[in-house]
Amino acid sequence: MADIIKLQTPLKDEDVMKLHAGDVVSISGIIYTGRDAAHKRLVECLERGEKLPVELAGQIIYYVGPSPAKPGQPIGSCGPTSSYRMDPYTPAMLEQGMKGIIGKGPRNADVMAALKKHKAVYMAAIGGAAAVIAKAVKTCEVIAYEDLGPEAIHKLEVEDLICFVACDASGGNIYETGKLPYIKD
Amino acid sequence: MREIKASVIADAVEKLCLDAGYYLPEDVKQALAEGRDREVSPTGQYVLQQCCENYEVAAAEQMPLCQDTGTALFIIEMGQELVITGGGFEDAINEGVARGYINGYLRKSMVAEPIFDRTNTKDNTPAVIHYEIKPGDGLKITLLPKGGGAENCSAVKMLRPADGLQGVMDFVVETVKNAGGKCCPPGVVGVGVGGTSDYAAYLSKKALNRKIGEHNPNPNYAKMEEDLLERINNLGIGPQGLGGVVSALAVNVEYFPCHIASLPVFVTMNCHSQRHSSVEL
Repeated sequence: MADIIKLQTPLKDEDVMKLHAGDVVSISGIIYTGRDAAHKRLVECLERGEKLPVELAGQIIYYVGPSPAKPGQPIGSCGPTSSYRMDPYTPAMLEQGMKGIIGKGPRNADVMAALKKHKAVYMAAIGGAAAVIAKAVKTCEVIAYEDLGPEAIHKLEVEDLICFVACDASGGNIYETGKLPYIKD
Repeated sequence: MREIKASVIADAVEKLCLDAGYYLPEDVKQALAEGRDREVSPTGQYVLQQCCENYEVAAAEQMPLCQDTGTALFIIEMGQELVITGGGFEDAINEGVARGYINGYLRKSMVAEPIFDRTNTKDNTPAVIHYEIKPGDGLKITLLPKGGGAENCSAVKMLRPADGLQGVMDFVVETVKNAGGKCCPPGVVGVGVGGTSDYAAYLSKKALNRKIGEHNPNPNYAKMEEDLLERINNLGIGPQGLGGVVSALAVNVEYFPCHIASLPVFVTMNCHSQRHSSVEL
């Protein structure tokens, strides 16, 4: 496997531009969670011209709905959910200056174009490795939409969360190219 | 007639939820370890190593294998000479699910109604329950927690009889290809052929309950399972869709007689967290 590139949040343009599809990254710092229901509310919030409950400039949103934390633990199991469901909302989030996304699985052409336009990166965590991923989460607090339960927006402090660069800001896409060496007719 | 108390059923279901949520079956653990050793893509090897570590951590710390602990999908095999006392059967199943998901720190993923009121029911009920009535007085309860990501990649096609084996095989491979990295490969691909569209769907779920490495007893279907697995692994999808040679752990096909005009095929995609747990009462 390739060398691991360390990333500290919040991300800057130069952090993003050095990343290429297939790179392995280790993310530390603050990231925010958000999935289907939270994205719907965030976009509705923008449509009403209101301020978002979280300042997205330079930030990473992780598509996850964690399982409940056991007593004494910051979080329960917390692997990524499928990203394509957030495709309709993602360009609006990137418009706000969001620099990174963590999820799993391919994105549509609109998201790919928006990543390029806003110099942002989409990274894949390992789906289903949720108990291992929980080890990288040091603290967790709900900061918005608490009524959504697992879909609420959580602020996470992570240390060495390992991800793969899936779609970079230059159009590179691991879901298109990763399989090519292994296709057998 | 044998009698069984509803409370006994609820207690057993509560325990099943925890077993299925925390512990991967031995055959699946072995298949993931073998997959890691067989994978040639360095990224794929790393992913599968993480999957193996994950089932160790989940079991050791009694944490959910995946944060998506699924829809509680049950297959009930019930003897016709069994009588349930002290409460309703489905109430007992749902009580067990609610207790298991709440007490076991499993994620509650069910919304009350699909379109107009997507409010979380907060205890992961109701369960989805399938029944098979059998001779005798036995009761076997199987739980297949079904994660949303993989389930969303499932597909049905009503083929023409003329499409035959080739048509069925092509549709299964096409479905797996379309799912790509979305369904957290490598998992088990469940295929139901025959019956009606709804029954083929049920068969494809039932197929997920078969152990990895066990083939359909009909040699034609066993051969089809092997051929499908080879074609799927040749797609290059690999672990998590990041590229590689291990794109599925197994293909399990179940079949049923069908109408002269029909050839229904249902493909249920499942992830590498191939969870299932059974109890006999």
